[in-house]
Amino acid sequence: MDVIVCVKQVPEVIDADLKISREGTGIEKEDLVMHINDWDNYAVEEAVCIKETQGGTVTAITIGDDESEDVLRRALAMGADKAIRIDPGERELDGFVISKILAKVIKDLEYHLVLTGVQADDDNSGMVGIMLAETLGLSHAAVVTGVEPEGDLARIRVELEGGMDEVSRIQLPSLLTIQTGINEPRYVSIMGIRKAGKKELTVIPVANLGLSEDDLTPRTRIEEVFLPPETTGAEMIEGDAASVAAELIKIIKEKGVSI
Amino acid sequence: MGEIYVVAEHRKGEVREITFEMLFKARELCRTFSHRLTALLLAGKDAGFADDLAKRADRVLVFENDRLETFNSDLHKEILNRVIQKDQPFMTWIAHTSWGMDLAPALSVKTGLPLATDCVDIQAEDGRPIVIRQIYSGKLFSRVSFKESPGYLMTVRSGAFLPPDDAEMEPGEVLKQDIPADLAEPRKTFVEFVDTGAGEIDITQADLLVSIGRGIGEEENIATIRELADRMGATLSCSRPVVDKNWLPKFHQVGTSGKSVRPKVYLALGISGAFQHVAGITGAGTVIAVNKDRKAPIFRVADYGVADDLFKVANALKEKLAGA
Ligand SMILES: Cc1cc2nc3c(=O)[nH]c(=O)nc-3n(C[C@H](O)[C@H](O)[C@H](O)COP(=O)(O)OP(=O)(O)OC[C@H]3O[C@@H](n4cnc5c(N)ncnc54)[C@H](O)[C@@H]3O)c2cc1C
Ligand SMILES: Nc1ncnc2c1ncn2[C@@H]1O[C@H](COP(=O)(O)O)[C@@H](O)[C@H]1O
Repeated sequence: MDVIVCVKQVPEVIDADLKISREGTGIEKEDLVMHINDWDNYAVEEAVCIKETQGGTVTAITIGDDESEDVLRRALAMGADKAIRIDPGERELDGFVISKILAKVIKDLEYHLVLTGVQADDDNSGMVGIMLAETLGLSHAAVVTGVEPEGDLARIRVELEGGMDEVSRIQLPSLLTIQTGINEPRYVSIMGIRKAGKKELTVIPVANLGLSEDDLTPRTRIEEVFLPPETTGAEMIEGDAASVAAELIKIIKEKGVSI
Repeated sequence: MGEIYVVAEHRKGEVREITFEMLFKARELCRTFSHRLTALLLAGKDAGFADDLAKRADRVLVFENDRLETFNSDLHKEILNRVIQKDQPFMTWIAHTSWGMDLAPALSVKTGLPLATDCVDIQAEDGRPIVIRQIYSGKLFSRVSFKESPGYLMTVRSGAFLPPDDAEMEPGEVLKQDIPADLAEPRKTFVEFVDTGAGEIDITQADLLVSIGRGIGEEENIATIRELADRMGATLSCSRPVVDKNWLPKFHQVGTSGKSVRPKVYLALGISGAFQHVAGITGAGTVIAVNKDRKAPIFRVADYGVADDLFKVANALKEKLAGA
């Protein structure tokens, strides 16, 4: 079973202090640590697990600058066989354009499954995967937490809201957007990444793909990025740990909980 | 501005709350611009949802067919594409749920209409929609515009627009529609629903929840918080990454894909406050958050906050309780 997995490099933002860029439509990225989008890490692991049980190959693809090759090398170290980076140059990208670029490259490859993450941790939009599926004419499912290939079909689990999964059968070839928790992504060492440097990594400039101007025109545009609107927010409890603890116990008791 | 079409979502015989939220917000916009609001219902035979929707829209277009009993993105996409091509509504809204995430991007490519997902606000300016979305895990917001188009698609976040109790009005028309005769066989077939939330403990029944997030760092650290919970007579719950890593079973998970809880007090330790998490604690009496990042979004929804290391606070709590 040949699997293609789409990966994106995103900034680590959880512990970071984000600064809005001067133009006001993005963030300052210089000081941020870049890493593989969490969802894509699970997607790579799933692709490699499928290869290990079913045979076949795994190809990892990203659209990004040369720094984003780090996520491809990581995917190669996890067990992908080949990697492709599409260089977008200075082009402005949105989910639509990204899906069109990916589709143009993937349509000429051999595959039974295409995996993406549910969403990217920067734009949080969750659209690239399913747009890609529709452009390629593939069956698809979003927010997948289980995949078991069964011949020309796969039995899949989709996570719904409220602690409910939906099991269904889907015809292959198919595109699935992978949800976190579907597996346990393996650890990759620096050594492993260095060794994977020998594997094939192809770079394609987007200009070579012959996409129409329409396909390369974003459908949406960020006009402004802003800090979350002010709310009354939490009443902050300051002080040393002991006095904070005393205050918290007092509050909890006041709210009618006996501790 | 023109008409707004809202796609109803239902599951296991019930219209889902997000549908009413979308209809409420869409009606507000339609009123401002004196336009008609249409609900689209794709459901099994005699689903009986149409009247409920009619109380909240000017009209309901009903497509009933056995094949539509459970959601199927292939069938939904085909039917909605035809409706949109024929009627050309200004905006079409879909829930930002698992099903909506499976449908909307495909429909966008199929119809050629631009899409913005997970919108928390929708307005119209100079005949074009403008939406507000969260980015970078809710640390920032963005104002998004669209390329000019005959129509626009958006998916709408649950809980963004809360209808008042009296949101009903004079019932609109219910119009039965024919299912296209040439619908292709879907490539995905439903097998079953599986409940993943059941387990030994029921976090929805607790008065006091001590909840841990990724800030717990290591699996070994859970023991010390479990001890604290025990000492407080509290139940342990968690955010999604803790379950994803298999550190706690799924029945501990709070949030959209876990459980909605309503304790008297919810003590969140090392949880950033992503929308999928906080959607599960809207019913909590009091939320106390401990997070070392003073800017963490959780402090926007918490009643009380402590900007400090969770272990420091947990240990101090234990000491105080031991001494008390
Ligand atoms: C379809 C879908 C469904 C989802 N469903 C759910 C769901 O049901 N429930 C859910 O929780 N999430 C859900 N998520 C995931 C959600 O988007 C977030 O990724 C998740 O809630 C983040 O969990 P967290 O806050 O524990 O981790 P993070 O966002 O990584 O936050 C960790 C926090 O801990 C703080 N921290 C770190 N160390 C310390 C320390 N020593 N002391 C104090 N603070 C510290 C950090 O400052 C940070 O704010 C879902 C996502 C998707 C796409
Ligand atoms: N630049 C990119 N290169 C490769 N894959 C991407 C890129 N952007 C998004 N994707 C894929 O699409 C998924 C969803 O992203 P998004 O729609 O941006 O939230 C990600 O998890 C990736 O698998």
